[in-house]
Amino acid sequence: MNQALEVGAQAVVSLDGIEALIAALAAQGYTVVGPSVRDGAIVYGELTSLADLPAGWTDRQEAGRYRLERREDGALFGFAVGPQSWKRFLQPPVETLWTAQKTEDGYAITAPQKPAPKYAFIGARSCEIHAMAIQDRVYCEGPYRDEAYAARRNNAFVVAVNCSVAGGTCFCVSMQTGPKARAGFDLSLTELSEDGRHEFLIEAGSEAGADLLRQLPHQLASKTHLNIAEAVVARTASQMGRSLDTAGLKELLQSNPNHPRWDETAGRCLSCGNCTMVCPTCFCTTVEDSSDLGGASSERTRKWDSCFTLDFSYIHGGSVRNTVRSRYRQWMTHKLANWIDQFGTSGCVGCGRCITWCPVGIDITAEAAAFRAAGTAKEDRHGES
Amino acid sequence: MNLAPHPDAFVPQLYRAGRVIRELHDTVTLEFAPLSGPRPAFEPGQFNMLTVFGVGEAAISISGDPSEETAFVHTVREVGAVSRAIAKLEAGAVAGLRGPYGKGWPVAAAEGSDVVIVAGGLGLAPLRPAIYRILANRSRYGRVSILFGSRNPADLLYRHELEQWRQRLDVEIAVTVDHADASWRGNVGVVPALIRRAAFDPHDTVAMVCGPEVMMRYTARGLLDAGVAGERIYFSMERNMKCAIGLCGHCQFGPDFICKDGPVLRYDKISGIFAVREI
Amino acid sequence: MESLERILKEHPFFAPFAPEHLQLVTGCARNHRFAAGEYLFHEGAPANEFFLIRHGSVALEIAAPGKAPVIIETLHDGDIAGASWLVPPYRWMFDARALELTRAIGIDAACLRGKCDADHDLGYEMMRSVLTVLQKRLQATRLQILDVYGRH
Repeated sequence: MNQALEVGAQAVVSLDGIEALIAALAAQGYTVVGPSVRDGAIVYGELTSLADLPAGWTDRQEAGRYRLERREDGALFGFAVGPQSWKRFLQPPVETLWTAQKTEDGYAITAPQKPAPKYAFIGARSCEIHAMAIQDRVYCEGPYRDEAYAARRNNAFVVAVNCSVAGGTCFCVSMQTGPKARAGFDLSLTELSEDGRHEFLIEAGSEAGADLLRQLPHQLASKTHLNIAEAVVARTASQMGRSLDTAGLKELLQSNPNHPRWDETAGRCLSCGNCTMVCPTCFCTTVEDSSDLGGASSERTRKWDSCFTLDFSYIHGGSVRNTVRSRYRQWMTHKLANWIDQFGTSGCVGCGRCITWCPVGIDITAEAAAFRAAGTAKEDRHGES
Repeated sequence: MNLAPHPDAFVPQLYRAGRVIRELHDTVTLEFAPLSGPRPAFEPGQFNMLTVFGVGEAAISISGDPSEETAFVHTVREVGAVSRAIAKLEAGAVAGLRGPYGKGWPVAAAEGSDVVIVAGGLGLAPLRPAIYRILANRSRYGRVSILFGSRNPADLLYRHELEQWRQRLDVEIAVTVDHADASWRGNVGVVPALIRRAAFDPHDTVAMVCGPEVMMRYTARGLLDAGVAGERIYFSMERNMKCAIGLCGHCQFGPDFICKDGPVLRYDKISGIFAVREI
Repeated sequence: MESLERILKEHPFFAPFAPEHLQLVTGCARNHRFAAGEYLFHEGAPANEFFLIRHGSVALEIAAPGKAPVIIETLHDGDIAGASWLVPPYRWMFDARALELTRAIGIDAACLRGKCDADHDLGYEMMRSVLTVLQKRLQATRLQILDVYGRH
């Protein structure tokens, strides 16, 4: 049990091992977070034990549709992804930036002094790990760093899960973000739950992961285990519900701001912003200042925002993006094209959440295909002279 | 566990308002000096985020002389709740300030060339620091023209200063207004019309433009028609700003973040999306 | 007459004109000098002359009762003062007041219109050049109406 396990080592654990994993992380002071069934969906919350995991549940996802179904086995991770992503822990929906108290000759400002939480994420999918890396680039690699995000991120212990089920709206293969997690995890699990077995191939992805693995009851992985795990991943990769051809897509979208397709989609889009809430890479926030009635203390809060709100682009007198058409165009062009100029990669990881959770079932892969099929529409610039 | 103190880009520094000058019926200029520590240096064209505690925060261009080191000077027009609150600050009031942010005017890169500065309305404020720096290093530039348009004579910003600059023999100043009555002895007409009469070599000129977007669009057309290359025309763009540090997504203009890729942007790089509605 | 032709040729409006057309036009032209405050023409008066400004500045104004006149536009060297002489009913639509000492060319409108009727090539050149100026004026006027500096 105390073999010299290095980074990259692969072992096998049973359900007991997973239970021990959760306990060991909790003992190390981590807030262990992972999937559970709640309110008809699989959502991320605190895990106290193995029993909290959605054993025997799977999801059926389609454009605008999400339902849970019982599986025939008791697989712990036999589903795709739920409406939430890990961004709600790394970049909380509401955060106090600072408070100010009125003093005799001015104000005293205090930034929150709480230490950053230590999260252990159980069941992070490859697409989600890519999404975290994308948000790392946004928050940590620009001219200004979000230190609070960086601290939460540094503290996070990531237990990846290689998907055994492809969702109806998944297209990580097209985006080259899965289904196998290749980096960005401390431990990764591949659930082997067929042919009467129920065990997990576990791989150490970091020193911290190797350390933890040494404490868990495990056996060394055999060739059979490795083969089965590979087959699971390969099968998932072949069952993607969607695909997205990204070749030349950036130029296609950036050079067609007046394509008639935008009008077509605008006719369906409710501008509800669901897609931005469920998307694991969307990072837009707003700030609100508030004070008590006497003006003695005030605070600034940062909250999740969405480019679909009307006043997102408000400048004295009106919003720049007044129409739904312009706001949908902004979101999709940013996600699939402008993001590449800004951060070097696409903003999309192919998780399919925006397709599943859109109330009218707008499908970003279908939209991209529509642009491609229609070819380049004639540029229609509004009068320049 | 105590996080080691480090500058948090979200937290304002405390500044005290000093001199307040009423410029126009809805516009004031204020000075802000830090309560402690030195005032950071800034480049012409940059902006600060000013906080009135309990009201909110707004992006305001720095409009003062960059060679002056004790205070930030801001010219504020009352257009909303926050700008109104800033404009009503009295000398001695304490406000919050984050900055300076953004990419400024190509003042150094323009050395050796003619310079045409085209301002519309409050657009003269973010250009004023560039004018100060150019005039302080006048011999490094060719011909310098300042073209300024406003709504009417009562709304001419920095009128006293414009008159002083006009007294110099090495700067051309042309002013025009959209409307006037006969008591106005100056020009009536739009800013682009001033371009045709300004003296500059279109093949070696840097143009710096700031004003309402419509005015900037037509000014660009006027400059291009006069033969100035798109790569030598610079605009200062404005969009909704919340964080000013590239993390909140609000100020995006195509792929550019106005807060960190701008606010000064080169015309040829943005001319494509500049012509698109609602971008 | 010869020096007047040279003066005409120097004015930007006539720059694209062929020499033979310039000669025709010169026949109807004369020099003008307006002191500061002097009116070139008044609203409602017959538009008898086509004015081209050589040096100086002229304010185009509209007078309203009880108020000081509103200046719509200021014209300078190289500009022309309107096109009412070319379009019926040949009446000026606003006042034109010299803001400073202004030298202008005045071309007799009836004479010029007659020459345009007789020589359609000249007429075409006149129309084209005047239209170009008016189109720019129209754009500028639209921008002024937009009130871009006003509070939105």
